[in-house]
Amino acid sequence: MLQIKFVLLWSDLLFFVLIAAVVVGGVWAGRVEHLRLAWRQVGQSRVGMATATVLLAFVLVALLDSLHYRERLPGEQENYAVEVRSALDAALTGLRTRTEKTYSAPLATHLFAKESLDADLGRDFPRLKHGGAHLGEDLTAQGGDIAAKAIKGLGLGLLGAMAFGLVSLPLRRAAPHLAWNAQLATVLVLCLLGGVIVALAGDYHVLGTDKVGQDVLYLTLKSIRTAILIGTLTTLIMLPAAVVLGLLAGYAGGWIDDVIQYLYTTLNSIPGVLLIAASVLMMQVVIDTHPEWFATTAERADARFLALCAILGITSWTGLCRLLRGEVLKLRELEYVQAARALGVSSARILWRHVLPNVMHIVMIAIVMDFSGLVLAEAVLSYVGIGVDPNTISFGTMINTARMELAREPMVWWSLVAAFAFMFVLVLAANLFADVMRDAFDPRVVKQ
Amino acid sequence: MSLLSVRDLSVAIGAAAPVDGVSFEIGAGETFALLGESGCGKSLTALALMRLLPEAARIAAGSVQFAGEELCALTEAQMRSVRGGKIAMIFQEPGASLNPVMTIGAQIAEALKFHGGSAPEAKIVELLAAVGIPDPARRATEYPFQMSGGMKQRAMTAMALAGEPELLIADEPTTALDVTIQAQVLDLLDGLRRERRMAMLLISHDLGVVAQMADRIGVMYAGQLVEVAPRAAFYAAPGHPYTRRLFAALPDAESADRAASRQRRLLTIPGSVPPLGTQHAGCRFVERCGEALPVCRTTLPPWREYAAGQQVRCHLETAHTLLAESADFTARAKVGAGETALLEARDLKVHFPLRRGVLQRVVGHVRAVDGVTLALQAGRTVALVGESGCGKTTVGKAILGLQKPTDGTVKLHGKLLQGLAPAAMQMVFQDPFGSLNPRLRVGEIIAEGLRALAVAGDTRMRVVELLEQVGLAGDMVGRYPHEFSGGQRQRIAIARALAVRPQLLICDEPTSALDVSVQAQILNLLTDLQAQLNLSYLFITHNITVVDYLAQEVAVMYLGRIVEYGTVDEVLRSARHPYTQALLAAAPRIEAGLDGSREYVRAAGDPPSPARPPAGCHFHPRCPRAEARCREAYPEPVALSATHTARCFLAV
Repeated sequence: MLQIKFVLLWSDLLFFVLIAAVVVGGVWAGRVEHLRLAWRQVGQSRVGMATATVLLAFVLVALLDSLHYRERLPGEQENYAVEVRSALDAALTGLRTRTEKTYSAPLATHLFAKESLDADLGRDFPRLKHGGAHLGEDLTAQGGDIAAKAIKGLGLGLLGAMAFGLVSLPLRRAAPHLAWNAQLATVLVLCLLGGVIVALAGDYHVLGTDKVGQDVLYLTLKSIRTAILIGTLTTLIMLPAAVVLGLLAGYAGGWIDDVIQYLYTTLNSIPGVLLIAASVLMMQVVIDTHPEWFATTAERADARFLALCAILGITSWTGLCRLLRGEVLKLRELEYVQAARALGVSSARILWRHVLPNVMHIVMIAIVMDFSGLVLAEAVLSYVGIGVDPNTISFGTMINTARMELAREPMVWWSLVAAFAFMFVLVLAANLFADVMRDAFDPRVVKQ
Repeated sequence: MSLLSVRDLSVAIGAAAPVDGVSFEIGAGETFALLGESGCGKSLTALALMRLLPEAARIAAGSVQFAGEELCALTEAQMRSVRGGKIAMIFQEPGASLNPVMTIGAQIAEALKFHGGSAPEAKIVELLAAVGIPDPARRATEYPFQMSGGMKQRAMTAMALAGEPELLIADEPTTALDVTIQAQVLDLLDGLRRERRMAMLLISHDLGVVAQMADRIGVMYAGQLVEVAPRAAFYAAPGHPYTRRLFAALPDAESADRAASRQRRLLTIPGSVPPLGTQHAGCRFVERCGEALPVCRTTLPPWREYAAGQQVRCHLETAHTLLAESADFTARAKVGAGETALLEARDLKVHFPLRRGVLQRVVGHVRAVDGVTLALQAGRTVALVGESGCGKTTVGKAILGLQKPTDGTVKLHGKLLQGLAPAAMQMVFQDPFGSLNPRLRVGEIIAEGLRALAVAGDTRMRVVELLEQVGLAGDMVGRYPHEFSGGQRQRIAIARALAVRPQLLICDEPTSALDVSVQAQILNLLTDLQAQLNLSYLFITHNITVVDYLAQEVAVMYLGRIVEYGTVDEVLRSARHPYTQALLAAAPRIEAGLDGSREYVRAAGDPPSPARPPAGCHFHPRCPRAEARCREAYPEPVALSATHTARCFLAV
């Protein structure tokens, strides 16, 4: 008898489809020469390999966090818990369950604020229930303990990196010209950091706890899925519209072009945040008035999340569409398109075979470049309060709560710093990767 | 004492040497021409003299002495006063060399200020007048977009003259211009040189231009000079095998026996210029040379005196055997007159509406094609000749159905055509780089038409057969276009057009983007195919010598209308329309350049815009013989013989 029931949220499904599409696309790109060459150039770039490794690590976390299930409740009848958990939750059970009463600083052993203890003791910082609990009363040993655990963690990380190096040896042998050293160095850094965190996280709150005592490290890791999904699913939603309309407008011209141009100039002239706020609020009303649609709160939050992706998608296709239209206007007059027309090739086929492959580099570059913008947009929107469901953990909601924390005296800085650091690394990696992609795919960039 | 003396100049890009050990001298007031095909290092040599090399390139060795001063040793700051002040340069693309947001006067003033200190208005006007710009005071206040290509090149020249340079470097100064404009600009440059006793370094690929302009000539091949000679000796007896082949590859328009020269296959240089970065042990031309000796492969040939003042870098003894006579075409299409026309275009018009305002009201038309009537018989070639913007490409597209005609009919085998007729007509385009989709394999490109028309039979077999028909190997199907040279790409484009077995090929300047030696290969191929497949060609070009070699009939277009039509001999040998005469005279010809007598009908000014054609005969503002009636009505065609017509009052 299975003790869990798998839950496939819509966003999970879309995410898996997306990853499958990327894998299939990768295999296909390996067969097409110009794509293979471009990807090889990405692989030969040190920045490209390093940032790809970082991004992959993030995607891995997001993937783990997308395998959802419900636990079976004890009892004769087949009942399942209402909470939907993910594989990441299972892996981080310790972090998730070891909650404190309220704020505590990173690696602290006491709460951040004084409280009235037992009547005779007066006000003091109470001990944490979990953070440093193994130390007992001997708090002088804390520094030494942390150092010892950190060193152990470094050793663990080193072992992990070496294991990775061994496992990936055949891969390096197969493609010796790629910048594997950069990748190994990145893996080493990630492993060392990870090792230290793993070694410490068992007994401390590495990044502190938030207002309700939840471990901030757990929250940041959970936020990764939201960020990655916002960045990718939105693109998935807007891409067909942008590509189809862009190609049509550029190639067909005439009134079709006029209609499409009218559409995107109109959309563009409405302030983006306003449009998004209005749509999100409307979606929220719809969701709230139909509680029967959703079995669990997770499903409801997911619906709202997808709605946000769709709305962001609707407002962000115009840029790519305009770019594509311009490029197609140019391609349409090129001689190979004229030659195909002279041969009686149908317009659909010309678009598919002659135009689309020659604008794909723009699409690819736009996808990667938009990604970081969307991650940041989510943070801003959630901060304003029109982003994801408040129950969904995201960088935006973390930053939103940090607004109050920063106003406290003394300041609670760790949630903001944690969210900022993770988001910064993700967006920086995405941006650097986008640069490398553009250099490799844009035919206008002169190759040495 | 020479003004400029270049010794063993080498330019390196990484490990490659695009310019390798070039030495030459230019005396004051002398014109030295660097001649060669594209990719031979001519432009890099010029940029190296100015120390304006692109980022990746650097001067690896050698010295450049200008009036006794070593330019390579100067600091960048000192070099700035040399540029413009002592050596000035004009470039191929005048449109790209002028700043579009500054008036012409302001740009010249900038150059004047840098070199002279002050820029009085009068000086600007004087410079503009010196380069033959009419109404210079007004022109000085205009922006580059208000000027034609020829005017821009004149303005560029005026800027170059602002610093009163002693040496003017002209890098393909007329390649982007039409022939009548080219003639004007070349005359201007030569006149200025004489007047100011400037030395000139002319870079060109055109033997005709060089014959007209140069005192001495240096031929470059793959980064090296292979021949240096005074003009007369050079054109009388070119010494290097490469140079001699270059001459032989040109269709010979001057030959006494035209029938025989048309019957003869053009001599081609096999292969193409070796790519940058090739390691050379011996002579760089050895792979393409028919007379190569074993020593040519191992040792770099020394300079030897070929004739007085004529030096050649070749191992071969001076007494060359003549080049093997090129073979005759086994069967050049026999053309019977009076056959029924394959194609008949009657009164074809293509007008593009000009819209203005919010409501997109039509305020006028660009009459790109304005009543063109053409007939073409099976197996024959009609050439459509004219300057850029005269509508000749639009005629081709309208006949093909790519461009919907505003008016007029196209009949094929007497049947009225509506829209495309892909199996009957195909087009070969000008730019071999733009006409093949870079994302498709050669096999897919050629098979495209077969698939679109659902031609029965084994597609793969047919593609291989087509590749072999155009002189490529059948195993090239799996390669991508970027792996091929310009000439090979043009062959692929021809194979693609032939795939659907058309009867008519519309060739839109198929050789104008190619080097002379490759042009000859393509012309031979087209002639062979015509004989084998009984193809008809509508050959759109501005190159008169190619027309002379290939066509049976010629139509001369000016501003959307055919102004003269007839057999090739009638039009090219006894042209009656003043425009045709001007066009023929302006084409730089080797012989005309050599005897120095350039007496011809000159087309002054620029072609007018087809949106606002002049009243009466379109050509009258530029025509030296225009009369009052020319300004009033457009002349009707005048029949000069059964086949020869001209639209000119004065042709009778």
